Order: sequence, then C-alpha cells, then structure tokens
Amino acid sequence: MLSPQSIEKIEYELTKYPANQRQAAVMSALRIVQTERGWLSQESISEVAQYLGMPEIAAMEVATFYNMYDLAPVGKHKITVCTNISCMLRDSDVIVDHLKEKLGVGFNEVTPDGQFCLKEGECMGCCGGAPLLHVNNTEMHEFLTTEKVDAILEALKK
Amino acid sequence: MLNIEIDGKALEVEHGSSIIDAADKAGISIPRFCYHPKLSVAASCRMCLVQVENFNKPLPACATPVADGMKIFTRSKSAVEAQKSVMEFLLINHPLDCPICDQGGECELQDIAVAYGANGSRYTEEKRVVFNKNIGPLVSTDMTRCIQCTRCVRFLQEVGGMMELGMTGRGEHAEITAYVDKSVNSELSGNIIDLCPVGALTSKPYRYSARSWELQRRPSIAPHDGLGSHIEVHVKDNKVMRVLPREKDSINECWLSDRDRFSYEGLNSPDRLKVPMIRHKGEWHETDWKTALEFASGQIKDVINTHGTESLGVLVSPNSTMEEGYLAKKLADGLGCGNVDYRLRQTDFRLDGKRLGTPWMGCNINEIEELDRILVIGSNLRNEHPLLAQRFRKAVANGAKLSIVSPLDNNPLMDVAHKVIVRPNDMVNVLGQILKAMSGLQRLSLCLPPSLTQLLADIKVRPNTQAIAESLAGHGDDYDLVSPKVGIFLGNMALSDPRFTEMYSMAEAINGISGAKGGILPAAANSTGMHMMGVMPNSTGMHARAMLEVPRKAYLIVNIEPELDCQHAALAKAAMEKAECVVALTAYKSQALEHADILLPIAPFTETSGTFMSMEGRVQSFTAVTRPLGECRPAWKVLRVLANTMGLSGFDYETSEQVKSAIFGGDKPSAVVWRNLNNNLKELVEIHVNIKHEGLQRIGEVPQYEADSIVRRSTPLQKTKYNIKPMARMCASQLAELGLVEGDVVLVKQDKGSAILTAKLDDHVAKGCVRVAAAHEDTVGLGDLMGDITVEKVSPQQLKNDTTPISKAHV
Amino acid sequence: MTTKKAKSSTKAPVMTDLKGQTLVCLRTLTEKNPAALETYVKLGGYATFKRLVTDKVKATDIITEIKKSGLRGRGGAGFPTGLKWSFMPRYFDGVKYLVCNTDEGEPGTFKDRDIIRYNPHQLIEGMAIAAYTLGARVGYNYIHGEIWQDYEAFEAALHEAKAAGYLGEHLFGTHFSFDLYAVHGYGAYICGEETALIESIEGKKGQPRFKPPFPASYGVFGKPTNVNNTESYASIPWIMQHSGQAFADLGVANSGGTKLFSVSGHVEKPGNYEVKMGTPFTELLELAGGVWKGRKLKAVIPGGPSTAVLPASVIEAATMDYDSLSKARSSLGAGSMIVMDETTCMVKALHRLSYFFYEESCGQCTPCREGTGWVYRIIDRIVKGQGKMEDLDLLTDVSKNISGRTICALGEAAATPVLSFIKHFRLEFEYYIEHGKSMVDSKAEPSNVKH
Repeated sequence: MLSPQSIEKIEYELTKYPANQRQAAVMSALRIVQTERGWLSQESISEVAQYLGMPEIAAMEVATFYNMYDLAPVGKHKITVCTNISCMLRDSDVIVDHLKEKLGVGFNEVTPDGQFCLKEGECMGCCGGAPLLHVNNTEMHEFLTTEKVDAILEALKK
Repeated sequence: MLNIEIDGKALEVEHGSSIIDAADKAGISIPRFCYHPKLSVAASCRMCLVQVENFNKPLPACATPVADGMKIFTRSKSAVEAQKSVMEFLLINHPLDCPICDQGGECELQDIAVAYGANGSRYTEEKRVVFNKNIGPLVSTDMTRCIQCTRCVRFLQEVGGMMELGMTGRGEHAEITAYVDKSVNSELSGNIIDLCPVGALTSKPYRYSARSWELQRRPSIAPHDGLGSHIEVHVKDNKVMRVLPREKDSINECWLSDRDRFSYEGLNSPDRLKVPMIRHKGEWHETDWKTALEFASGQIKDVINTHGTESLGVLVSPNSTMEEGYLAKKLADGLGCGNVDYRLRQTDFRLDGKRLGTPWMGCNINEIEELDRILVIGSNLRNEHPLLAQRFRKAVANGAKLSIVSPLDNNPLMDVAHKVIVRPNDMVNVLGQILKAMSGLQRLSLCLPPSLTQLLADIKVRPNTQAIAESLAGHGDDYDLVSPKVGIFLGNMALSDPRFTEMYSMAEAINGISGAKGGILPAAANSTGMHMMGVMPNSTGMHARAMLEVPRKAYLIVNIEPELDCQHAALAKAAMEKAECVVALTAYKSQALEHADILLPIAPFTETSGTFMSMEGRVQSFTAVTRPLGECRPAWKVLRVLANTMGLSGFDYETSEQVKSAIFGGDKPSAVVWRNLNNNLKELVEIHVNIKHEGLQRIGEVPQYEADSIVRRSTPLQKTKYNIKPMARMCASQLAELGLVEGDVVLVKQDKGSAILTAKLDDHVAKGCVRVAAAHEDTVGLGDLMGDITVEKVSPQQLKNDTTPISKAHV
Repeated sequence: MTTKKAKSSTKAPVMTDLKGQTLVCLRTLTEKNPAALETYVKLGGYATFKRLVTDKVKATDIITEIKKSGLRGRGGAGFPTGLKWSFMPRYFDGVKYLVCNTDEGEPGTFKDRDIIRYNPHQLIEGMAIAAYTLGARVGYNYIHGEIWQDYEAFEAALHEAKAAGYLGEHLFGTHFSFDLYAVHGYGAYICGEETALIESIEGKKGQPRFKPPFPASYGVFGKPTNVNNTESYASIPWIMQHSGQAFADLGVANSGGTKLFSVSGHVEKPGNYEVKMGTPFTELLELAGGVWKGRKLKAVIPGGPSTAVLPASVIEAATMDYDSLSKARSSLGAGSMIVMDETTCMVKALHRLSYFFYEESCGQCTPCREGTGWVYRIIDRIVKGQGKMEDLDLLTDVSKNISGRTICALGEAAATPVLSFIKHFRLEFEYYIEHGKSMVDSKAEPSNVKH
C-alpha cells in the first residue's frame, strides 16, 4: 500500500498533467516511492502502476529504462560517482579508488553493514565541478578531493 | 493520386501511402522486420532503408510517406549498403542455432539474411544471452533470438487491447518480457507467434513436433464461433500438427483467436471414439458399423412404432455442418417427426413463427470498424467472439462510442462510453428506457407505434439510459454526428435469456428508430446456417427446450454432449437417462454420453467435408484435411446410411457437395442467403417490459474454452488462466447481503438441481446476480443458464454429513 | 498543493570570473542574490512579458524579431529559433504545449543548470513570452534528474512566479493564461533528444519518435508542441527587451548573440563563460585560466562528445561560432568545451566515451542498439591490450554503419567521437595496439575503473 505521504506527493505531481494522462506522473511516482522505501521492489512498481491505472509492464519499462531507479536494495546511502570524460580528465578514478578502498566494496555492491552502496554514474550535467558524486540521487558534491570524500562519508555516517 | 518512381518503375499511388505500401502493391520487395501493415509503424529495425532522391541519408520505407515526383531506389548502392549493414547488426547477437530452432524454414530473419547477409561474421566479441520467460501454456520463448522488432508488444497493445508485453531495460540490454512472472493472457495471444519474425516466440504445443517443410498445408474454416475465420491446417502423417490463420481481410484479417488456433489439440484427444459402440445390459461393446446402424435404426423405429413419431427428439449441434443439419432434419421429416432443433442454449422460443427470415448479425464483419455508435446487449464479447471483439476495438480506436447493456461488467479492453450493468431481467426495462428516450429526442422525432408507446408509458428514463440514447442518436462530447453509423448487437447472454423476446423486440425497435445496422451475434460456427435451413421444429413439433422438459422416449443427438451443450444441464441429463434409446453421433467417448445406448463415431471438421454459414451469412465449404481416425465416418454419411437403413427414401447423396446442392435447391448459395437473411419481425409480439422480478438470477456463462466438445479437450487451452473451476461469483454487496465472504462453501440451487461451489468476489457481476459458469462437470446439476438461483452457505458440519462429494452435482 | 521553500541550491557554486564575459542569460550574476525574483524584477525582468501581453503585440511581430536576432537553438542542433516557432500551427482546437529542454546529459554540458539555479526567472519569462507567441496553454521544463537540488529550486521559483502573477490564469487581466511546470528526468541521456523527452513527459521510456511528424504537429500528448533549449528560451526576454538586431550585433554573421560555454577538463578554472559568439578559442581558454598545471594543449572537444574532437593546432585557429567550427570539421554543439592536455590518452578517452554511448543507447533501433556495444567491445579489447590493427578499420566501418541510419541523432553522436579520434590520433591507437599500452606515459597502466 502506498503511504498517505507518497499519495499526497503523487497527487501533487498529477496536477501537472491533464486528468486523462495519469501515466505521465509515473516518473515522479516511482521516484517518490523509491525515496520512501529506499528502492523499487516489484510490489512497489505494481502499486504505482495500479495507482496510476497503467499496465504494470509499462511502469516496469520506465523503472528499468532510467538508471536512477534502483531495482535492488542500495543500502542507506547510495553514492554515485561520475566517471565520464570531464570527470575522468580530472582524476575521478582516484576518487573511485579511494571510495572503494574506504568502503571495501566495488561498484554496485553494498557494504556489509548496509550503510553504503557505490555506483558508477553517467554524466550528471555538472562537469564544471568535476570530479563529483551524488548521494541518494539528490545531494551533489563537487570539486572532490580524497579529503573531501572522507568528510562526506563521515557526515553520512552520523 | 501521386506519381512516383520505384527502381525506375513509374507508379501511381494513393496519397498518404508509405513507400513500403507502394512498393508492396507494385510487387517490389523491400526487406523488413518491425513493419506490419496491421500494426503501428515503429521504424526501428531499419531493415527497410531505401535511397530517396535528394535525401543524403537512406530513409525507412515503412515510415516515409510518398510525395509526388519522389524517386526511390531500393536496390541502389546506398540502399543496399544500408540494408546489408543493418543485417549485419541484427545478426551479431543472434544465435546461430537455426538447426534446432522451430522457426527454421519459415524464419524471416533467415530468409532475408540469405539475400542480404554476408558469408561470414566480422563480429568476434561475446554474444548476448537473454533468459527465457514463461508466458503461459501457448507461447514458448527463446529470447536470445529476439531482434527487438516489438511486433508482439504492439500487437498485444493495439489489437489485443492490453499491454501484456513490454521492452524493459535499454540499449543492448533491452528485452521483451511480460511483467515479472505474469503470463500473456490475451485470448488472441497466439498471433504473436505468427508475428515474430524470428524463433523467439513459437507455439508451445507444436514445439519440436515437426519441421515446416514436412507439413502439408490445407485450407479450412474455423469451427467454433460464428466468425468463420479462414484457417490453414498443417498436417503430418495424417495428424493435425497445428493451425494457422489464412489471410482473409474481410473476416479474420491475418489473425486467429487462440480458440481457433489451439483447439486442434482436442482432435487428438485420447477419448476420441474410433469404433461404433453399443451398450448392452449396462456394458459398452465395440461393434461394426453395420450392426451399429441396424441396431440404432431398429431401436428408433421400435420407439416410434410403440409411442408415435413425436416420441423421438432430434438435437443437432450448431457447430455441425450444414450438410449434417440438413440430413438430420430430413431424417426427422422422413420419420414424420417434427421435434428437431439446434438451439440448444436457448430458452425463449416465443419468436418462432414471427420472423421474416433468418436472424444474423445484420452487417458484414468488416463494417463494424466503421461504425460510429455501438450498443452491445448481453454479450461478454471477448469470451463469446474473441476476434470479433477486436473489430469493435478498432471501431472504438477510430472514435466510435461504445455502449453496453449487460449483467456483466467485464473489461472489453476498449473504452466504453456508457454502460448499464443490471440483472438480466432489468435489461428489458433498460432497453425500454433507451427506446423511449430515443423516441423523445428532437432529431429523431419519430413516433413509435401506439402499441409500443403504450408499453413504454410507465417507464422512467434515467440519466444513464438517456446518455446511451443520445449517443446512439449521434450526440458527442466534442461534436455531434448528423447521421451516425449505428450498430446494435445482441450476444450470447441475451440469446439464452428467458426474456430474449423482449430484448430482441426492443433492440429491433431501437434499430428501426436509429437507422442502425445490427442483429444477433450467434454463438456457434453454423448457428445461422442451421436457422436458414430450418433445423427447427415444425409447427407441431417441439423445440430443444420442450424436448427435454417433456422427455422423449428416444433421442437422436448429433455432435452433442447433452449436459454440457444444453441450456438446462439437469434437464438434459435427466432426459437422456430416462429415454429408452439414445443414439449419439459423436467424435468422443464422452462422460456426458454415459446414458446413451449407441455411439456412432463421427469425423470432426478436419476429417470431413462440409459447409458452415457464418454470422454474416457467408457460406463457406471446406474439405477434409486428414483421413478419418479409426472407423470414424463423416456425420453426413452416417445420417444418410442411417436413413437408408431405416428405409427412408431420398437419401442417395454420394458427396457432401450433392447435399449442399440440395440445401440451396441448386441455386447460388449467396442468392439464397440474400433472400433469407432478415432480422425483422412480422408483427409485434406480446411483450412485457415492466416485470418486477425479485430473487437472484444466474448468469450461466459458457467459458470460451468450454464452448464445444473439441475445444473442451484441447489441453493447452485448458491450461490457460481462462480455465477456472466454476464458482458462485458475486459482487461485494451481494456477498454481504447473503452473509457470505469470499471462499465460503455454498450450496447453489436451481429447479431441482444443485451444486456445491465456492463463493467468489467478482465485482464485474451485477447486483442480484450470481455468475456460475456452465458447460462444466461441476455445474451439470444446475438448470437454466439464465434463470432463478439460490445460494446458501454450507457449514462444515453439513458438508461432512453430506455424502455427495463436492463438485459432484445431484439431481 | 505543497509549497516548497527554495533551498540554496549548492554548496560549491561554479561561479566564474565575470570579467571578459557578456551576460545575457546569466545577467543576474552581477547581483548579490542572483536567483531571487526581486533581483530579476529589479533588472527589468518580466516587464517585457507584461508589455507584450498587455499591448497585445502580434505573434508574427515577435517571431520576426526573434528571426532578426539570429538566435539558433542552443541545445546543439543550432536550428534557427524564429523559424522553428513559425512551424507551430496558429489555429488549433485544444491545448498546445511548450517544452523546455533542461536535460543536460551530454558529457561536458552544464550551462542550463546555471541558468535555472542563478537566473530561473529569465527562463520562466522566456517561456511565458514563447507561450504567448505560440498560443501554448501549458508548459513543461524537463530537468535532468541528477541535479535534484536545482530542480527543487526551480520548482520553488515557479511557485514564486505564479504567486507574483506571472504564471497562471488571465495574466495581467487579459485572456492569456499559461501554466508552467517542472518535471524531471531520472537518468537517461537520450531524453535530451526532444521526442524522447516528450515520451518521457508522457510517462514512457525515453525512446525517440520517428520524424515526421515533428513536435510542432504531434508533440506532448499528441498535441502541437514547441521544444527549445533552456538557453534559447532564456535569451528571449533580452531579445524582446533590446531588439533582435541588438542581440544579433553581439555575435557574428550566422551566429547571433552570446553563448554560454561550459569549459571542463584540463583547465585551471572550469565553469561556464557567457561570451559573444565569434570569440576566439584562445581568448575563451584564457578566461578559463588556460590549460592546467602549465601543460600544453593536446585536443579539444568543442561542443560535447557528439561533436568531432579537434587537435590543438586546429582549435587554436578557430573562433567560437557555428561557421568557424563547422569549417574546422566539427561543430559548436551545445558549447560544451572539453579540454585535454598533453597527458591525455586518447584511446582511453575514446574508451570512456564509447562506453557512454553504449550505456545510453535506448535500444530501439538496430544500428545503435547493436553497434554501440560492438564499438565499445572492440575499444575495450584494445585498452586491455588485445587489439588488432584491423580493429581500427572495423571501428571506422561499424561507426559509419551506425551513423545516419538510426531514428535519432544518437547514431551520429556515437559515431562521431570514434571517427574523429581515429582520424586525428590514429598513431596513438596504432601504438596502443602494437605495444598493449598507452603512448602517453603519465598513466601507463590501463585504467582500473571497470564498467
């Protein structure tokens, strides 16, 4: 069951579209449910599809197409590091190596304590701040150094 | 018209044609995978790239509309380079498993690769592997072979009406799949097998059983619903291996319902009757034809001699051929017996003798998609006529407004503009309201005949029926149509209803007032043909229902399992039990024939020649595609020899063609049909609109895979999700009113019969109704398909005391 | 409806030195609180919109002015904006839509983000003027999902504008109404393609549509729709305030106005620089502090990876405008300048880019779906020291076979880096194949970043 908070947020998104185009809100609805539950299970996708009155497979298509949706648990903090060209030129691999070492996991792995998951991201459209990462799809950290990464991790652990 | 040139050939083509359509018409072949003329254009496979003058890039022929003066080159260097490169891309991840692929020999990828592919591959990297999906008992998947053309996705969405497959993931990881573990449940799902250009989707029942080049392909006609779909039966070693559609745009287009496609599995059922059998002192004995026929003839004659000619009842299946129906009727006539009927699932015969002709659907099948306004009365379209439903879907997609009056609110997978879901009894009143509202609409300031006006006087028009009336009159949300094309159709539930006469009369009056086309949607492959030939009682004879209510001493039944095929299962069963003699012409050793005395093995449609007349009046003959199994004989021959044995004259037919010729009096069939089809009534029949009826009513739907003896034996169809045991299905408020919850064990009673079932929540059922499926052994103890019924909760204690096992009915 | 409070959008703003820049789209940057409505209004914001609407200025006159400005689509294709606007059907029964493309996902592109976080109201005003001109009732700004804080800030700016009477029904007491909403992507580069973006707004996968029909006749929900880039819309208020000619005069022939250049990679001061069209490359590089660490310039991708890479000698002779870069056999693209110094291994750079296109292909049409994976696998093999000399010709051939044969431009975009990298730096590729390692020794070992 979608929570009343999620439904309120989805209803807000629905105000953006014509009444007969409920499917248009699926991107937001999936995002809202993912934010609340940490990741998108099959049940979550079904619930969103049913709420919006669209075929489940169509919601699944969307959930699998956009790579910020997580179809498996990602721990408490999902850290996505961009490794694309502009970041690569500014040594994003140093950041990645540092994160891997600090967290003891590789890409798409979750730390044993369920705190962190490391992901490789594609361009986030902030290349001026390279190298960079974002946390849980929302929090952007730019101009990274290994020291800054340590500080970010410390802050997240709290 | 536009003038264009393809490969130097000057052509005149219609405005709005695509290059590929223009080329197809001109016989110029352009390779393609994703394009299909009946589906939306995806333009994604890129195989049909062609060169067009003044364009620096090759264009997809499927998505590029022709323009005047356009010069197109399908085989130029640039076109061929593009096509070859696309072919190379398609093959890099396609497995080289053609030798073990079921599609081998009829694979579009294979064929086009031969023409456009290179000899070797430049691709040396790892190939993609995609896991297979289980999408149900009909379609088998091998997804590594998939080339992502999305024909299957588009078919289910656009033609099937429900998006059951999608392409998940993206890029190279994109794959076609159903939602998680769901199966594809469309009643038209088999068509995705034909559409798949590779071996990714193949037929599960047919899988690995034959190679396409080993098969003999023989044309035939589908024997189940009244559509008359054209089929091609594929035969190997005198066995039907599979059935595919034969393209007929005006009937089935290039599609086939799953029932028509997969029912053939029932032909090879282990309980096929292969030799004549006689029951002697309760024991069944195999015998030879001569003995069996002489015994049958002797028994029937004995009964007639003792009890009179009217002591015989002749019942014929509406799925039997015209030839069979004609000879059964002629045999009865020869014996002086007027008790003949094919209308096994009808209960209201008040219109007998009042008709001007043979009732039919009132228009051609392909006209449905051109309708602007549609009213469907008492039909669960997808269950009754799965492929016809698709025509309605097309109409709605084209902008038609669909209204439904029915006791069931099943999703037809198309937009429904207006619906009234009520008890069958109340449907009459609803139709009266629509009629009254229509007569009052200004644009239709027609006066009804005084008798009708009087009848409608006390009826109060409600907003929802007013809305239907306005819709039928052409009113619309955005704009009104001055002269809408209207179609009004009555379905199986209306045809089986005890108040069919009222419903029909109202519908006919609405038809008249709105200038609509329309009529009935008869259930079976040859219902219309049987009616036209008059396989019905003469003026003194008894109709199908009366023959069971007042049991006959002897029955001659053709192609019937009485308790599964008749309106009143309990009556049918009892009548057969009591009869002194039951002669059954049947293809199966049916449990339902346990009370017969003589079983004569007849050939199903694949093993005999014959003729069906479809709901639109099309007379379609077919020939046998295999030899009859064992000692089976075509039923028309059996009836002829039986008549001969009885000493009746006029049964000298050598071929089924001669029988057909006799049916049409040597005239052209179409001319006879033209003279006979007529939905009008001679006069207004005595009808009652305002009958109040309290108490529960049964909706005895016949599930589509239980409709006749062949389909009942098709294992793959029986494995689909449509095959659910009958339950007492009711809406939430009805359950509550009866103090029931879902899962309760209930005793349902009709007339003297009863059955123990499970209560089930089904919000598609109108209040005041209980949906209990018919044509199933669990419900053979029950009565009328559409009649009074009671439901009471059974306590576990009662159940324990009751020695009758659940699911076994008692009469 | 929940009202959101604008949060400060980022902890480390990419503020660049304004000296040497000509501010049009980022004109509020001179002020203390650039994103605030008061700031924008103080600079004359929304006055133009109000004047156009209350004076009932004719749509054709506005379009003429836009045409005069020489404004060309800032999203990369460079299609003249005024001409595009003239394609929208004038009379249509029903809702027409306006869409803004803020889905920056092409590596090196980050200019629109600064517009929505530093000067959101200029974009809103630009879209409102467009809506008035084109008769659009509803607009959507589709924002890249990764810049979530900026999305939320923009949504807050929309509520602010609505509260102030610049959006909503019967604006300024006239019959003109316009609702504008922010919607977000969620991680798909392809949604930067306008028809994929439309599909995404409709709640579908971002798979580009075959054109024709173009969005102007069949766009959002099947209705006529005008799609422009953020920077294009944001230029409109300035143009309508100062005249088309004034805007054109800022630039050079065929390239009117200013342009935001996103400079990333090996420079001292990466960031956005809004300069006049036709600014010499060397000048722009200098604004960005020059090549970092005192190193030499090796190559530049001038407009994002879908534009051809240029070696230092070629780019140093070019000016930053449509014609000059096209003459240099590349393109201005979205003005996303990726600077590479002498230590850059071009094989590894292409390796990363080819992975990007492989990863971001939507999978709809054959050449791109199958070809991008093929290309990536070959380069991956080369990087792992398993390359063969004939791979270079195969790469070129496969890329050419993708290019021009797909539904959308991603096919070309994926092919361009392969073709241009091999064309200009073939020796480096040959060296890598022969020796199994990079010619550039600063990082001789293959990258251990695995995909």
